[in-house]
Amino acid sequence: MEHIVIIGNGISGVTAARHIRKLSDKKITIISSETEYFFSRTALMYVYMGHMTFEHTQPYENWFWKKNRIELKKAFVKTVETENKTLHFADGDSLTYDKLIIATGSKPNKFGWPGQDLDGVMGMYHKQDLENLEKYAPNNKVCKRAVIVGGGLIGIEMAEMLHSRHIPVTFLVRENSFWNGVLPEGESNMINREILSSGIDLRLSTNLKEIVADENGNVKSVIIDETGEELPCNVVGLTAGVAPNIDFLRDSGIEIGRGVKVNRYLETNVEDVYAIGDCAEQHEGIDQRRPIEAVWYTGRMMGETLAQTICDNKTQYKPGHWFNSAKFIDIEYQTYGWVWAQAKDHESRFYWEHEDGKKCIHINYDKTTREFIGINNFGIRMRHEFFDKVLNEKRTVDYVLEHLADANFDPEFYKLHEKEIVAKFNQENNTNIQLKKKSWKRIFSKA
Amino acid sequence: MKAIKQTGLVLFLLGLAIFIGTIFTGSFSLKQAELDTFLKEQNYKSEVIGEALQKAVVTTNDLNIFQFSNAVRNAYAASNNHYDNLIKKYDAEKNWDEKGKQFQYKISGKPHSLSFSLAKSAGKGPAPDSTGLMWFLTFGLAIIGALMYIVPDVILLGKPGIKNNGVFLNAATNRGWIGWFAFIFLVTFYILLYFFPDYIVNWVYLVDPISKSISGNPASQWFLYGFLYCTVMSVMAVRMYIKYRHNKYQILRTTSVLFFQIVFAFLIPEILVRFEKPWYDFKNAFPLDYDFFFKWNLEELLASGAFGLFILVWGVVLTIIVVPVMVYFFGKRWYCSWVCGCGGLAETLGDPYRQLSSKTLLSWRVERIIIHSVLIFVLVMTGFALYTFFSGEGQVLGIKTQTIQDIYGFLIGSIFAGVIGTGFYPIFGNRVWCRFGCPLAAYLGFVQRFKSRFRITTNGGQCISCGNCSTYCEQGIDVRAYAQKGENIVRSSCVGCGVCSAVCPRGVLKLENGPEEGRINPTDVLLGNDVDLMDLVNKK
Ligand SMILES: Cc1cc2nc3c(=O)[nH]c(=O)nc-3n(C[C@H](O)[C@H](O)[C@H](O)COP(=O)(O)OP(=O)(O)OC[C@H]3O[C@@H](n4cnc5c(N)ncnc54)[C@H](O)[C@@H]3O)c2cc1C
Ligand code: SF4
Ligand code: SF4
Repeated sequence: MEHIVIIGNGISGVTAARHIRKLSDKKITIISSETEYFFSRTALMYVYMGHMTFEHTQPYENWFWKKNRIELKKAFVKTVETENKTLHFADGDSLTYDKLIIATGSKPNKFGWPGQDLDGVMGMYHKQDLENLEKYAPNNKVCKRAVIVGGGLIGIEMAEMLHSRHIPVTFLVRENSFWNGVLPEGESNMINREILSSGIDLRLSTNLKEIVADENGNVKSVIIDETGEELPCNVVGLTAGVAPNIDFLRDSGIEIGRGVKVNRYLETNVEDVYAIGDCAEQHEGIDQRRPIEAVWYTGRMMGETLAQTICDNKTQYKPGHWFNSAKFIDIEYQTYGWVWAQAKDHESRFYWEHEDGKKCIHINYDKTTREFIGINNFGIRMRHEFFDKVLNEKRTVDYVLEHLADANFDPEFYKLHEKEIVAKFNQENNTNIQLKKKSWKRIFSKA
Repeated sequence: MKAIKQTGLVLFLLGLAIFIGTIFTGSFSLKQAELDTFLKEQNYKSEVIGEALQKAVVTTNDLNIFQFSNAVRNAYAASNNHYDNLIKKYDAEKNWDEKGKQFQYKISGKPHSLSFSLAKSAGKGPAPDSTGLMWFLTFGLAIIGALMYIVPDVILLGKPGIKNNGVFLNAATNRGWIGWFAFIFLVTFYILLYFFPDYIVNWVYLVDPISKSISGNPASQWFLYGFLYCTVMSVMAVRMYIKYRHNKYQILRTTSVLFFQIVFAFLIPEILVRFEKPWYDFKNAFPLDYDFFFKWNLEELLASGAFGLFILVWGVVLTIIVVPVMVYFFGKRWYCSWVCGCGGLAETLGDPYRQLSSKTLLSWRVERIIIHSVLIFVLVMTGFALYTFFSGEGQVLGIKTQTIQDIYGFLIGSIFAGVIGTGFYPIFGNRVWCRFGCPLAAYLGFVQRFKSRFRITTNGGQCISCGNCSTYCEQGIDVRAYAQKGENIVRSSCVGCGVCSAVCPRGVLKLENGPEEGRINPTDVLLGNDVDLMDLVNKK
């Protein structure tokens, strides 16, 4: 029986395993050094915040694996010998495979800051980081202040986490507005306000110079590059992005760049070795995507796809339209299609913000053809199916606005803003778009 | 703000302590004249009960409620023993005539209920004498304290939004010691209420004036329960309003259950009594209202003229037409989360415990076995009851209808719905009754699962498997298991509380009513991936 070995029990590895099991009877082994069972990394914050216990982050009950004949091994892979298809573990053990899937995810970036390895300095990626945080920041008596370095999605989550335990947080962000490499100005500003009004000390255009130790090797303070200010603190969170977790592959003969290089079939340069999820790097970004996409959905989609290839239905990785979501403290965010931070030449933009400053939508469309390109929605939920269809059918911005009621996904009885939105668009663009009533028929009609 | 909250807690606990302490206050005895009046009202045939009770309760001793109850129960037991002995004696003598005559002298009724009715006119002490003051020191303090504890959350919780911070770090909500105390308190309360009403007669005194002003009658323990129920729901509804102030679905739903509890379950029935009509809760549908088809109820309704007949017809129409039709259009939530009293308590008092319901596959299996057994039980019992009503026979196939009714009333009506159903909130999550026990929920569940427009739509591929939805589903549904597959949630047990949707950080879930077609949509590959792959895999 063919033995499929998967390194990494994150969403990508586990999705691949589940689908291979559905399609075949192959022997499957998943290896991870982090935890015995798959858990949802995206939910780590809720464990620290007390919304859930760690067990709640495990999407499958413990019997699931045995029942589906997926073997689990908790061990760290030190090296991969591709010639004789053997993995060597840190504890000296080894394992042979017929096909190998590398799904080892990411690790937090560290940019060589002085003091970055002190006790009390941590990223927020692995379960061990969570345990570390619990140790160094159990409450605001042990941790009198925490400093977060790096303004991305994990940074704001970490700030929110610490804030939930009433620990004062200073949030250092290199850019002059939060996540403005991805978010356009309006949205980015909205989140700046959200962070500040929550009582988090947001410092924009601010870089870390060094982390200072006390006599025991614990964090004592950080020094800010621009001003030289010294901020006393007990915990430093390093959240300046992530990078593929592939150091153990350096001498394996598998081609690596920033991540494990794969083609459109998720194959590496070595036969029978594949890579998926955060650690995989496309030779060239697909469509407008980046070569490495460290998001949950990508890992899952790659897992779904690779399972086909492994089970003799060679399938290209062809992700559909881009979508993503996040939550910035109390403001939910979803996006469908592309809305770049800066409009490109052929693009036109429409931005509407609610008067309370906590909801907005931002639509991107083609100046000449009026084709809809993408939407950012903050504080309003939108229907994935609707926008996927709009993008498939290459509909215009006018169509989208006309059918905004179909697109809305807010809970029942929520106040709807569609009229306002359409009115603003009409006014700005001298159009006469009439909002249509919500139609179940349209919503459920397949393209 | 914190200080107000803490003062509130102290006041609440003080009110609670006085409330509990009240049980032990007062002295109970009767004057001969009072006993005579009581005996006259009761019209007992027993010739010895008068004397037995006189010895027991016409006394100058200060009996507390426990001694009093003991004495009264002994008196009734003595009277019944007396006739039991005679029965035995005549039986031995084969004097069937005399034996047969003795039965009429026996006094039926549960000993603690008999003792309750006597205690109700025998009390002296703070509760019966300074009712207003004592009401304030118990109900008053507890209500004020609870509100002082709850209202500052408007500011302390921060801006509107989901704030479940610390839920699993708090001993009250993570099955910690406070949870266990609440469990013991609630269970004890229900045991006293159902089985030892005389022990809590002082509490009943506290609500006498309120009862008199509504129905014109002094309060029973059920009036106390109804009043307490409404009070607790109202106070905890304030908590809901604050916690979910950003979520209009939750606000409306809470208002609705509160309205139906106070108006339909509490006020209207009591007012009906004032106008000498049968006590009836118009929203309480059979088979939750399990004694609707009992002989005594049918007879009472038929004896109440046109109004009784109206209730009878309404009760049948409610169960057979209104309930399923509404479930078809809106899902069972219209009843379970918008109207029902049990649901109302679960969604207010129980909300802090929703995360404790088990999500395992095993508990789902157990749930289906138990709830469907109860449904079968209630249907069989009702069959028996109707047969008895129409045929006049007390037995079917050698089984007494009365026995079945008693067993159901005890096991399901009292122990399951009350002691376990509510008492176990702090341990098994709220909705223990609704999930595992309620036969009406089982019935609505069938309709919801097989013929309804209701579903929880999963938003394409947006789920990140975080588990908030499953954790906070009070019905123990593993919502995530569906959401992470991009599959809509169509489950018979879903009561449509909407909290999974509220807590989802990615906007994945929406409760909605739409066409039946495509409501159930099993998927393997989620929206957002390669269109051809989705077609290939999902069409198989
Ligand atoms: C706090 C946080 C929040 C996030 N929120 C979101 C979000 O909201 N939306 C979103 O789209 N994405 C989010 N992400 C990103 C998302 O979690 C990742 O993209 C996704 O988990 C990557 O999955 P993966 O399967 O590729 O790898 P991983 O989940 O990283 O799994 C890889 C596993 O392999 C193990 N491993 C690595 N090397 C070895 C080795 N040599 N031997 C043995 N085991 C090894 C690792 O320990 C790890 O357990 C978040 C990430 C974090 C950290
Ligand atoms: S599935 Fe959602 S709406 Fe239904 S009972 Fe559970 S939490 Fe409530
Ligand atoms: S809460 Fe939302 S994102 Fe999290 S598992 Fe449930 S549906 Fe998915």
